Amino acid sequence: MLNRKIQPTITDAVSFDLKLRTCEQYQLDNKVPVYSMNAGTQDVLMIEWVFKAGNWFEQKNIVAGTTNFLLKNGTSTKTAYQINDHFEFYGAYLNRTCYNETASITLHCLSKHFNELLPVVAEIITDSIFPEEELITYQQNQKQKLSVNLKKCDFIANRLIDEYVYGFHHPYGKYTSTLDYDQLNRAELIEFFKRFYTEGHCTIFTAGKIPSNLQSQLNKYFGALPLQQRAIPHIQYNLQSAVEKKHQIINDENGVQGAIRIARPFPNKHHPDYQKTQILNNIFGGFFGSRLMSNIREDKGYTYGIHSYIQNHMGETAWMISTEAGRDVCEATISEVYKEMEILRNEVVDEDELSLVKNYMLGTVLGDLDGPFQLIARWKNYVLNNLDEQYFYNSVQLIKNTGAEELNVLAKKYLNPEEFYELTVI
Amino acid sequence: MIEYNRFTLDNGLTVLVHEDTATPMAVVNVLYDVGARDEHPNKTGFAHLFEHLMFGGSINIADYDEPLQRAGGDNNAYTTNDLTNYYCQLPAQNIETAFWLESDRMLSLAFSEKSLSVQRKVVCEEFREHYINKPYGDVWKQMRQLAYTVHPYQWMTIGKELSHVENAHIDDVKHFFFKHYRPVNAILVVAGNVRTEDIKQLAEKWFGPIPMGDKYIRCLPQEPVQDLARRLTIEAAVPLDAFVKTWHMDARLNKGYYTADLITEILGGGASSRLYQSLVKEQKLFSNLDCYHFGSLDAGLLTIEGKLVKGVDINKAEQAIAEQIAQIQEQPVSIAELTKVKNKTESVIAFEDMSIMSRASSLAMYELMGDASLMNTELEKYQEINPQDIVDYSKQIFRESNSNTLHYLAK
Repeated sequence: MLNRKIQPTITDAVSFDLKLRTCEQYQLDNKVPVYSMNAGTQDVLMIEWVFKAGNWFEQKNIVAGTTNFLLKNGTSTKTAYQINDHFEFYGAYLNRTCYNETASITLHCLSKHFNELLPVVAEIITDSIFPEEELITYQQNQKQKLSVNLKKCDFIANRLIDEYVYGFHHPYGKYTSTLDYDQLNRAELIEFFKRFYTEGHCTIFTAGKIPSNLQSQLNKYFGALPLQQRAIPHIQYNLQSAVEKKHQIINDENGVQGAIRIARPFPNKHHPDYQKTQILNNIFGGFFGSRLMSNIREDKGYTYGIHSYIQNHMGETAWMISTEAGRDVCEATISEVYKEMEILRNEVVDEDELSLVKNYMLGTVLGDLDGPFQLIARWKNYVLNNLDEQYFYNSVQLIKNTGAEELNVLAKKYLNPEEFYELTVI
Repeated sequence: MIEYNRFTLDNGLTVLVHEDTATPMAVVNVLYDVGARDEHPNKTGFAHLFEHLMFGGSINIADYDEPLQRAGGDNNAYTTNDLTNYYCQLPAQNIETAFWLESDRMLSLAFSEKSLSVQRKVVCEEFREHYINKPYGDVWKQMRQLAYTVHPYQWMTIGKELSHVENAHIDDVKHFFFKHYRPVNAILVVAGNVRTEDIKQLAEKWFGPIPMGDKYIRCLPQEPVQDLARRLTIEAAVPLDAFVKTWHMDARLNKGYYTADLITEILGGGASSRLYQSLVKEQKLFSNLDCYHFGSLDAGLLTIEGKLVKGVDINKAEQAIAEQIAQIQEQPVSIAELTKVKNKTESVIAFEDMSIMSRASSLAMYELMGDASLMNTELEKYQEINPQDIVDYSKQIFRESNSNTLHYLAK
């Protein structure tokens, strides 16, 4: 007789022998390092060029982001339209993204087409001209987009909480105004481009079904470029956290929800507490079964979702709680968040809950090791943060072996309400 | 080519198995043949609210998520106007836990009052977060009401209004469950590191004993051909004027659907598309512009929508779109341009098929449409379309009388 009350036997994920697939590494003639993950069943390919060209290196707000954005908008031989048409003709996607320390150009394409696409990426890196007309259109459209975003409480909250934690003069804490867009000029973009792309520092990541001649073709188009020759400037920023911890903003008198952000500074990935705290964070607000979700969504129905996470920064970071809650229950939501912190400080997590979270985390890691793009993303994170595969194995061991008492020590150390910045934007 | 095996249990449950030994994981995907289109006009948003309730405990299992997480698994679900889909992924050796959980909630929910009262609130917050507390959040509420006079696509999956969700009663929940959530109305897809023989045994063991239920026969009012253009102007507290226009297009399996899909790519797919190049870059009338459709199973809407550059007259912007449409109706696309959008389609399909989760949900979706094997012939249908098809279909759908225009103006 089938007993539906009892869960079938499971293999504890804690007993899995998790292995991180090795990443092949080589260098182009100009010393540009390439990391390659040859895996997967579909004939698709991803190539990412990562430059040390994030907003860390800009002298003026949004220069790095604009330079990155306009990389597709014209070279001395191709218009923006011709560049886009070229990639789109082959069903390829060329995206660019600017982060704090780095900025990327990412190509996704069918493996069979890569050879037609590489020379144009090389052209973009060496010969972008940032036409004035393109800059003007960009300024206009970005300002319009900003005007819409400024109506959203979550957008405002995300900007302000970072400012409180890091200070507006820190790359992690600054944000963009209409005036910043108005003050951009073409000469600055060209200068930033030359210094941080054409003559910048580049690391290449490739993944998917890797064609056998990819290495030689990468070397052909990128191995002779003047990359990696000039030193990366050493720039130091100091944290200037806000003095006042609690903030309330009314952005929309008629708003029916409040965006709540509660955050505290937290050390970077190299700190001994970092990986263990990920376990505590999962229990607190890191997944659907977390305490914040169980209490504030699944028991009280105050919100569609509430999450906590440690921001993914290379330098100092922040531990953040984030939610949008009904306007009349914002205060109640915040007080429940602090109650959950208090419980984690005062009570040791029981074994049952801890083992569930460990199994969940390891199951997620196993799923994350599936597929070439997920694998290269993990490797990229390690490489760019000066970590290696030992970090992965340490992390797995920590998930398996960390005890409830150790988590309680971390909760007492980090989950103190007086150290958190608190913001509600309605 | 996505391979699979298919069998049907005695209670009518269709099961598909897609074996992939390259992954350590398995996906269990259960699709129920019910969506927002099957709701009563006075009880909208119910299919989606119900999706939330499916996590509120089943007849023998108090909590769905916890045992799955303990087995190293994760899950989610989504509701569309056409269907409701549940999926979980977990290490393949623990797959029986997914069978245990999914079969128990197909057998019967616990119908907990507490779960209903909490999820009503959660869904109302979801409603507020996405559709009330966001600028332009009600555009699709307005457009659906304008474009559909009788077909239930006239409301969004979240529901017409908050009160419908707030008033949901436990009797509604029970009725809905036993009408739609029966084996005969479901498709189970298992993908990943599994063997069909094992899945057969597990399916018989866990799903086999569930009563078949009655096959849900869908008979929805079909939208009549629209023969008069409809227009609506709204003023709202938004920073920019927005323009939205839709035209009725074919249902999912018709040839016209595939043609419409390529037309949206020609007009609005990417930064080299016609609308973007002409109206954003050259004429600078719009700051962003999109052309798309929702891929709905019944006859859907081809949509062009964008935000106007400040100071631009909306009638002038509309005229400029009309000129682009006239062009696609009158001049056959070049082979190069047609090849471009077909190449893109090939690429989209290849990238979609990378994960077992996506393969599993696609198989379920195509099986719902009639046959999972359609998944493997999809690209051919696009390849068959020629320049004249594009002209003909553009003439057919881009008639003013077949259109619905919304001017969403900044107050």
